[in-house]
Amino acid sequence: MALAGLFWILFLIIHLLGNLTILTGNPATLNLYSHKLLSTGPLLYFLEALLVIALVLHMIYGVTVFLDKRRARPQKYERLRSKGAPSKENISSLTMIYSGVLLFVFLVVHLLNFKYGKVYTVEYDGVVVRDLYRLVVETFHQPLYVVFYVVIMILLFSHLRHGFWSAFQSLGLAHPRYTPIIYAIGILLAIVLAVGYILLPIYVYFFVPLP
Amino acid sequence: MKKLNLTLRIWRQRNANSPGKFETYQVRDISPEMSFLEMLDVLNEELTKKGEEPIEFDNDCREGICGMCSLVINGIPHGKLHRTATCQLHMRHFKDGETITIEPFRAKAFPVIKDLVVDRSAFDRIIAKGGYISVNTGSAPDANAIPVPKEAADAAMDAAECIGCGACVAACPNASASLFVAAKVSQYTFLPQGQPERKRRVLRMVEQMDREGFGNCSNHGECEAVCPKGISIMNIARMRREYIKASFS
Amino acid sequence: MAFSVDKIKEAQTLDGRLPDGPIEQKWDRRKNELKVVSPANKRKYTILVVGTGLAGASAAAALGELGYNVKSFCIQDSPRRAHSIAAQGGINAAKNYQNDNDSIFRLFYDTIKGGDFRAREPNVYRLAQLSLDIIDHAVAQGVPFAREYGGLLANRSFGGVLVSRTFYARGQTGQQLLLGAYGALMRQVDLGQVEIFPRREMLDLILIDGKARGIVVRNLVTGAIESYVGDAVILATGGYSNVYFLSTNAKNSNATAIWRAYKRGAYFANPCFTQIHPTCIPQSGDYQSKLTLMSESLRNDGRVWVPRKKGDKRHPNEIPEEERDYYLERKYPSYGNLVPRDVASRNAKMVCDEGRGVGEYGRAVYLDFADAIRRRGIDYIRDKYGNLFEMYEKITGENPYEVPMRIYPAPHYTMGGLWVDYNLMSNIPGLFVLGEANFSDHGANRLGASALMQGLADGYFVIPYTLGDYLASVDLPAVSTEEKEFKESQKAIEEQVKRLLSVKGNKTVLEFHRELGQLLWDEVGMSRNEKGLKMVLERIPEMKKEFWKQVNVPGSDKDLNKSLEFAGRLIDYFELGELMALDALHRNESCGGHFREEYQTPEGEALRDDEHFSYVAAWEYPGDDETTPILHKEPLTFEYVKPTQRSYK
Repeated sequence: MALAGLFWILFLIIHLLGNLTILTGNPATLNLYSHKLLSTGPLLYFLEALLVIALVLHMIYGVTVFLDKRRARPQKYERLRSKGAPSKENISSLTMIYSGVLLFVFLVVHLLNFKYGKVYTVEYDGVVVRDLYRLVVETFHQPLYVVFYVVIMILLFSHLRHGFWSAFQSLGLAHPRYTPIIYAIGILLAIVLAVGYILLPIYVYFFVPLP
Repeated sequence: MKKLNLTLRIWRQRNANSPGKFETYQVRDISPEMSFLEMLDVLNEELTKKGEEPIEFDNDCREGICGMCSLVINGIPHGKLHRTATCQLHMRHFKDGETITIEPFRAKAFPVIKDLVVDRSAFDRIIAKGGYISVNTGSAPDANAIPVPKEAADAAMDAAECIGCGACVAACPNASASLFVAAKVSQYTFLPQGQPERKRRVLRMVEQMDREGFGNCSNHGECEAVCPKGISIMNIARMRREYIKASFS
Repeated sequence: MAFSVDKIKEAQTLDGRLPDGPIEQKWDRRKNELKVVSPANKRKYTILVVGTGLAGASAAAALGELGYNVKSFCIQDSPRRAHSIAAQGGINAAKNYQNDNDSIFRLFYDTIKGGDFRAREPNVYRLAQLSLDIIDHAVAQGVPFAREYGGLLANRSFGGVLVSRTFYARGQTGQQLLLGAYGALMRQVDLGQVEIFPRREMLDLILIDGKARGIVVRNLVTGAIESYVGDAVILATGGYSNVYFLSTNAKNSNATAIWRAYKRGAYFANPCFTQIHPTCIPQSGDYQSKLTLMSESLRNDGRVWVPRKKGDKRHPNEIPEEERDYYLERKYPSYGNLVPRDVASRNAKMVCDEGRGVGEYGRAVYLDFADAIRRRGIDYIRDKYGNLFEMYEKITGENPYEVPMRIYPAPHYTMGGLWVDYNLMSNIPGLFVLGEANFSDHGANRLGASALMQGLADGYFVIPYTLGDYLASVDLPAVSTEEKEFKESQKAIEEQVKRLLSVKGNKTVLEFHRELGQLLWDEVGMSRNEKGLKMVLERIPEMKKEFWKQVNVPGSDKDLNKSLEFAGRLIDYFELGELMALDALHRNESCGGHFREEYQTPEGEALRDDEHFSYVAAWEYPGDDETTPILHKEPLTFEYVKPTQRSYK
């Protein structure tokens, strides 16, 4: 679960970097970037396959933890609360399964919207490429979608806030000196990713006119 | 000091197979110098005098080392005071007029025996799988034959302080026993004496832990917070490292 | 009818079956004489071990390792919780790692002298010899003893001793040694050699053809009365300090197993030799359920004092140096605060009796670390005693780094116990008694850090040899739990349980126990006198009658019922209390923890009478509860340490 999670975090970072090209305001940057990506062919398929496998494993483990947890305590407490530091229990750690499931739902919607969504085309220097930019701009002009997207990205923050340091702890990569640093990096990364992804729809909705 | 009057909501359960429920009791004139268990003793004396059945709760040494006392007090195993077992919790930490809710440790692997008493023999079965160094009596070399760096001995001792109370399981949102198992695994990992059985120990103990029906660890770290000895979740990371290494070799 | 000294019948003297030869060769000689059971035959024997403290767990583990089938019983929910776990300070061994001229002989000498010349020389010498093996074995087991930076073992000193021979694991030495033994035990469980029976309380010993062949226990969860058959029975059930109600013992520690064995004919030796530990947290109120010990090791750095003036109610930090009386340092310049426990306790009582005690009730003295903190720094003190200071603060709400601790003596250990011979077998063939449950090694006073040593010596290194000799020497026909001895016992126990539940009076078990405890603490505690002891002998039979008329035991006999358990134990405490008083009354001398006010030196030290009382007093149950018990004496001879007036000046 930890490795798969970290792999996905890596993907999220790269994906964000790619998407940030939207902020250039020039449709060609994104469209050409995505075209280039698609043209790597087998390598891309391999990475996509890896992501799928990682996701499936991550989900299987996650659901197992959830089911085991229910099995392991059939009689619930009337009240169980955190004792506070040094505990790292928080709303994020307690809701991993829910944020996880919603992130998956989002992922499906997201793929249907973009990867398998409408295909516009555009031509640059005689090469016909898919006009993803247009699709993005159109999509991010639906207020409901923007809200949905923003909410999900807040969940992403929550998921990563516990998930990042937790992955290291699960891999046995812990040390009294470095674990607090890893924990801090995790929170920072969660903020950066969430804010980065939120920036896009907000930017598009408010500042990019429909074509 | 001012005496306390308290309302207690206590879980009563006949045995493992019957359903339990909360009962409410009042106790008066509780001295703040009393321990929490002495406060329950006072209640039990009153119940006995009234012809009711006293509340059963496990306890033995009452000085925080045997690990027999338990109780979830207002939602926290062993109560809110850090590094403290229930028996060392004193009433000066409660307020007059307060309502205190007392539940047993809850986990499938810790079935309720009666009222607040639970069966923690799962821990014994885990220890049986490797919580020791396999030396027969009489075969040891001189005690100073193997130097152990002070840092290693101290680290081993930090882990070895575990009193086996099970609060880690009780507090864990997943009811995982990882901290208990990890403390034992860690102790021997630090010591040269523990090296020969290093792999076998972690594999067997973890396997038994899973078999007992505890949940998985997902790093909430609540166990460390409630541990009367403050055993660190660094030990859990160490156990995983050991487990990963042992699994791949 | 009350017991009386005049009615004591003396029976024949006892033979401890001590080995011949010079003292340093006795154990070797005995081992050479002992018969050995072949490996193939060991598995044909079943050994019942009751108790899983240091002695019981180590015995069960060691016997399992040898190939015996062992059944191990304990009263707690897990063998790991036995009260040995609470021992704090350390374990002695004559390793001489500190190069301070320690030796087996010196440990032997200190123990004999510390015990005020009421222990057997050969037993104590063997204990000192085995102390070396214990440390080796514990280290091999991974017990994380404290170490120096060079990686070798650290030591500290304890009361009554001039060398540093105590090995320790912070303030949790008992815990670490017990977890070592418990681990060894659980390893045997995994290997199928030992079967554990937790939450069982032994209620009877079964003799068939005069040999110990089984036990009857109550399953504390289901209430079922269960019988178990064995080829030998080992009792390692600890001491009886809880007879005083308030003691440092765990709530479940009790005398029932040894007492029921006594009632089946095992002799009870020196019941009046009880140890009152000097450094405990004083009582804070009537609700108090137990007292908490603070390790004696604290006296290494803490200085004991009281105000010079009577009734000085000032805050301790406001009392100037010249108005403090460091009475131990004043009276015992060479040992100072490290005098043996009995001496320290008695002196605390004396200064409190003079009206110079401190705390709310005036029953406490200060144990002050200010000097040590000034001298060595707060980190040094925290490293050495951190967890003890933490514990003190939890209980009292005071910070001992800033305010001196308040301490007062409390019942802690009982040197008396079932009589055993050199092989640790009682007078009943096949009944072995180990650890605190026997009387053997500490005489009239135990030195600090010696209990762990004795428990482990008995369990790891003595019983594995001597048990084999017994098994190889006797004929043990097969028996089953269907024998009439088992059936009768079960029936008697069930009847007693029913009777207890049916009284339904108006007093709780706890009230009776507090009353008995107070009586014994006042009259058979730190100091005793004829008048008080006679009063106890009159009073207890009355109390027993009141008990059976007025006690209220709630609940049922079919499930977990703590009140019922405690009621059964209390019945035995009444009888044990009587025997303690009788023993104390008949012993017209003061020695160690037994201080008879009539027998003291002009300075108030214990005055022994070696001419008349240099013997072990082993009491035989006369067959009914009213008749005064029968006295067997085992004379003590001292060839190597000449009895002298103990001096710690």
